[in-house]
Amino acid sequence: MPIVLEKIKEKFGAAVLDTHSFRGDDTALISRDKIVEAAKFLKEDPELDFNVLIDLTAVDCLNLDRPHRFEVVYHFYSIAKKHRARLKVPLTEEDPSVDTLTGLWPGANWFEREVWDMFGVKFNGHPNLQRILMYDEFQGHALRKDYPVRKRQPLVGPQN
Amino acid sequence: MGFFTTKVNDVVGWARKYSIFQYPFVTACCGMEYMSVACSHYDIDRFGAGFPRFSPRQSDVLFVVGTISHKLAPVLKRIFEQMAEPKWVVAFGVCTCTGGFYDNYATVQGIDTIIPVDIYIPGCPPRPENVLDGLMKLQEKIANSKQAL
Repeated sequence: MPIVLEKIKEKFGAAVLDTHSFRGDDTALISRDKIVEAAKFLKEDPELDFNVLIDLTAVDCLNLDRPHRFEVVYHFYSIAKKHRARLKVPLTEEDPSVDTLTGLWPGANWFEREVWDMFGVKFNGHPNLQRILMYDEFQGHALRKDYPVRKRQPLVGPQN
Repeated sequence: MGFFTTKVNDVVGWARKYSIFQYPFVTACCGMEYMSVACSHYDIDRFGAGFPRFSPRQSDVLFVVGTISHKLAPVLKRIFEQMAEPKWVVAFGVCTCTGGFYDNYATVQGIDTIIPVDIYIPGCPPRPENVLDGLMKLQEKIANSKQAL
């Protein structure tokens, strides 16, 4: 097992729900109440030293036969150590919310707004959780798998 | 008197078709093609349309170049309403004509759902020759229409 996953498992134990490492992509599924702590650990542990939050996005697992509805996906990179890690947080349909990472990486701000806009995942403690791509009048969240493919919400012009 | 009014109509039409002040409403990759039409290789100035105005109040033809999203649609409509008569609209590229391959939640499926369009220039993006062809068709349309004076 790669050192990154080993250290996360050792530190967080049962909060790490699953790990895999397919072709060097170290991935850990971690429960949502530990995500900020885990991200802080990745950032501050001298051996891990993950100083870049490359990406923060989400997956709607509606048709994927998984126990949860959403996965919020975090990609980290260490410039000094040249290694990468991916954390995933499973969220239920009833309560799709997770704590914000803006306290650790200010760059998470717009990523989290995008995930809110497209998937409707709430980020607790986010300083400005508004839509970033769509307009405020837009109803629903466009990248959810149950958003109707043909549904249009024009601001001007004919409605369908 | 009838002779006189038709001649006035012809003269004004001739003048208008060769003095198009365009307003380029450029949002996307078609803008590159618009630039090559506007610059010296294809030289839109040969057709008297070489003077882009960046105020809708001073322009005659609205060139809508590139994908229009629903978020942007009210802005386009407002720009169109700010233009003084007589005015014409060119839909430049397939995204403005029909939405193109952006058949999704974000994109206006053809700008003719919000403003009237005179000439459609399809293509993704259209070749400059295609744009010039569209421009000549627009000139024809301008020259042959009844001139509001």
